[in-house]
Amino acid sequence: MAAALVAPLLLFLLAVFVLPIGAFLTRAVQETDVAPVLPRTVAALSGWNGQGLPDDAAFAGLIADLKEARVRDQASGGGAIARAAARLNADWPGFRSLLPLTARRVVAAEGPARETLTGINEDWGTALPWLAIRRAGGPLTDFNLLAVLDLKRDAAGDIAAAAEDAAIFRGILWRTLWIGALATFICLAIGYPLAWLIATAPARAVPWLLAGVLLPFWTSLIVRTAAWMVLLQREGVVNATLAALNITDGPLPLLFNRGAVLLAMVHILLPFMVLPIYASLKALDWRLPRAAVSLGASPMRAFLRISLPLSLPGIGAGSLLVFIQALGFYVTPALLGGANDQMVPYFVAFYASRTVNWGMAAALSCLLLLAVALVVLLYGRLVGFGRVKTA
Amino acid sequence: MLRRGFGAVLALGMAVMAGNAVAQQRDLTVVSWGGAYQDVQREIFFRPFQQSTSSRLLEETWDGGVGVLRAKIQSGANNWDVVQVESEELLIGCEEGLFEKMDFSAIGGRDRFIPEAVSECGVGNILYSFILAFDRARTPNAPQSWADFFDTQRFPGKRGLRRGPKATLEIALLADGVPPGEVYKLLATNAGVDRAFRKLDQLKPSIIWWERGSQPAQLLASGELAMTVAYNGRITAANQTDNRNFGISWRNNLFTLDSWVVMKGTPNRAAALNFINFVTQPARQAEMPPRIPYGPTARGAQDGLPAAVQANLPTTPANAEGALQISDQFWLDNLDKLNQRFNNWVSR
Amino acid sequence: MTPSRFLLWSTGVLAILFLMAPVLAVLPLSFSAGSFLFYPLPGLSLRWYADFWSSDFWLPALWNSLRVGSVAALLAGSLGTLAAFGLWRAPFPGKTLIMAILLAPMVVPAIIVAVALLLAFGPLGLTNSFTGLVLGHAALGAPFVVVTVLAALQQFDAVQLRAAASCGASPARAFWRVCLPQIMPGVAAGAVFAFATSLDEVAVALFIAGPAQRTLPRQMFSGLNDSISLTIMAAAMVLVLISGLLLLAVTLLKRER
Repeated sequence: MAAALVAPLLLFLLAVFVLPIGAFLTRAVQETDVAPVLPRTVAALSGWNGQGLPDDAAFAGLIADLKEARVRDQASGGGAIARAAARLNADWPGFRSLLPLTARRVVAAEGPARETLTGINEDWGTALPWLAIRRAGGPLTDFNLLAVLDLKRDAAGDIAAAAEDAAIFRGILWRTLWIGALATFICLAIGYPLAWLIATAPARAVPWLLAGVLLPFWTSLIVRTAAWMVLLQREGVVNATLAALNITDGPLPLLFNRGAVLLAMVHILLPFMVLPIYASLKALDWRLPRAAVSLGASPMRAFLRISLPLSLPGIGAGSLLVFIQALGFYVTPALLGGANDQMVPYFVAFYASRTVNWGMAAALSCLLLLAVALVVLLYGRLVGFGRVKTA
Repeated sequence: MLRRGFGAVLALGMAVMAGNAVAQQRDLTVVSWGGAYQDVQREIFFRPFQQSTSSRLLEETWDGGVGVLRAKIQSGANNWDVVQVESEELLIGCEEGLFEKMDFSAIGGRDRFIPEAVSECGVGNILYSFILAFDRARTPNAPQSWADFFDTQRFPGKRGLRRGPKATLEIALLADGVPPGEVYKLLATNAGVDRAFRKLDQLKPSIIWWERGSQPAQLLASGELAMTVAYNGRITAANQTDNRNFGISWRNNLFTLDSWVVMKGTPNRAAALNFINFVTQPARQAEMPPRIPYGPTARGAQDGLPAAVQANLPTTPANAEGALQISDQFWLDNLDKLNQRFNNWVSR
Repeated sequence: MTPSRFLLWSTGVLAILFLMAPVLAVLPLSFSAGSFLFYPLPGLSLRWYADFWSSDFWLPALWNSLRVGSVAALLAGSLGTLAAFGLWRAPFPGKTLIMAILLAPMVVPAIIVAVALLLAFGPLGLTNSFTGLVLGHAALGAPFVVVTVLAALQQFDAVQLRAAASCGASPARAFWRVCLPQIMPGVAAGAVFAFATSLDEVAVALFIAGPAQRTLPRQMFSGLNDSISLTIMAAAMVLVLISGLLLLAVTLLKRER
């Protein structure tokens, strides 16, 4: 009976949340872009030992595959050649141009396959592009997952460091974690005294103080981000005020930098820190620290030994909420940050909406979800879920 | 009783689905570059079109990139009908089958247009230039060339560049002293691309990247930028409508065409062609330059314009001298590759 | 007041100032007669609200937001309430796992949900549709309903259900007539949370909604990307007013409990 009541929501979430995300994440390991476009080539290369050049069947297969794929692309808008090229290019730079270019030129080509291809581009006379096609033959791959860790498979199939100009993802991951940690720390530093104040303030002041936290909490994230944009612009409120007060000579560049992103993130996330800490402080038995002081402990000692440990669940819950949400921030850095302040979510969106690279979008999402899951599990281990309280 | 509760949820679901079936027949959606430019288009194209056909037209704004169009088609979730695209997007998208073939008989015939505007999948709608823009109020000592653009000693302050390799790499080489005629020869080599990125490295700490055509004027006006690469029309429009005092250096400007295309498989193909026919009539196109100075593509559309308007157009001989036409063929072959290198370079 | 108390008060008040000031500082700009984004205002006018009212984008976006939010809140509210009641009623196998699934939308970054839904809904024709957006937003809002209703059920005495049963009421009737009226404030508060979640959501709307389903936050996002006009500040004012009403609703509902 009880299970039947849970079932509708569970099935609903399975259908529109769990399954879509699961299906999306599996794209990280699916190799779907090359084999369907170049079936003959992949088949011919499977018998090749990787030494020297592949045999004529591979050359002829590639020509037949490309001719067919081009016709199909133009009829359907599937962009299959472009996707295959993008995938292959990530393995061997040069494919982005080489494959579409070959597909364009091969239409009119006649004569022996090997000479035709090397005539179009001499790279076909080397082993490297053929090896890349063979590696991408699928159906499964660790290519994307390695790429987001700045790794790749080298010619021999061993894991190696990615080329220097492609090795950007560790930096982006560290940046994401660092910004998240910094935002969490600042929120804690500001939020704890505020929560303490609300928990210990006279009863008539409490509603006002709480309103001061809840009103911003309920204000839309996009509104608060917009507010910071307007404040921090060159010709915005802050610069105009500073100039009017003769504090600055010229406008300061306050927008499109890490500081602006952090400021807005702390502003948006602070209530998530204050409210759980407040909840745990409110539940605290204040007679305990008072008893400690009356027994001769200094107020500082009473705080460190009694109040602080008792409010740890609130600190844990607040930090968890803030850090997890910070990891997923997309809108705010996109609007307030510069190119070097973007975090993992931005690159998920980038790969999904601007380059149609679902594999990389999925691999980055795996990384992000893994980070979130680790934090949640760590929290469960250290604090326990039973004590999370939301205000 | 509980069953009735489920029933209510189910009924709600059905009602929502039914609403969806209606929503599937969507209205014609036209996509352009936003900001002042799209405001003008709304005034002289979109609203009159809606009135004359008494149909609804939805607008969208995008900032380019053939990947966006690929994602639209390949996610199976395309919701765009008519899109304004740049020249290399036109070629790549046509090649990949992202667009319907342009039916010129439905839009007044090929002869309505200047030859550069006619292509397999699209029809040109404006001619425009990437120029160097600055605010005279803040930079009274006018920069003269792309070399000045890279000179942060003599001209301190941030620089705006369009996020992407196209135009950016050309400008870097021009600034490095490469004559316009040599730019693409050099960019076709790895050494040339390296040279362009090395030049950009110098400027990198001062660069603010913009993505939308409306941003340069905005960032220039707010003082965020001392100088920027911009589309010529936006700058003149800001001077005219917002009383700005922006200057333009036309020296070695990069010019190109934008085109209208119809997205593949749209249910609104007839309405889309009807729209393109409507907005490419010479008389209607002639309404654009006085408001925002982009060159028209229909034959004869420019002839009746006053000299003051013509002076701001990229097609005017004084402005066109020393200009470099952006090479579609080069970008068709190299855009994806250079995009990747550029994106990695930018985000590190 | 002791020095340490004074320090505490000043830190706390500064923190609240930091929370309140940014939004309060920019909202009056929406009443400017000019078009600058700083003070002093050249004069007062409602021109930006008139612009909001008459533009082709803003008012339809507001309606879309309200429509999507209401239906999503209704859906999340009914499914979430049933689920919370089930979870509260009795232990059953796999409860921890089920709880984790039900609450997962709270922690999974929205951008991942957005891209996943784009790929899943595209072939089903659910992108560019009101339905798709409602389904996505209902999923994101449902956990808030579950949590809020579970909290409300903590105050409810299960003995009453047994009493109803012994008087001959079916379990469904007992839930409907005895339990639901008492936890109604919690249910309503949960629905308000779900509505607010939808009203605040940008990423999913950005990826799966078409131009005909543009919501207010999404319209603001494109506006901020494009050119910041004071119309955006007028839109922000509208959103702030709605948020204020929602907060008021939740506060009153909590008091009723």
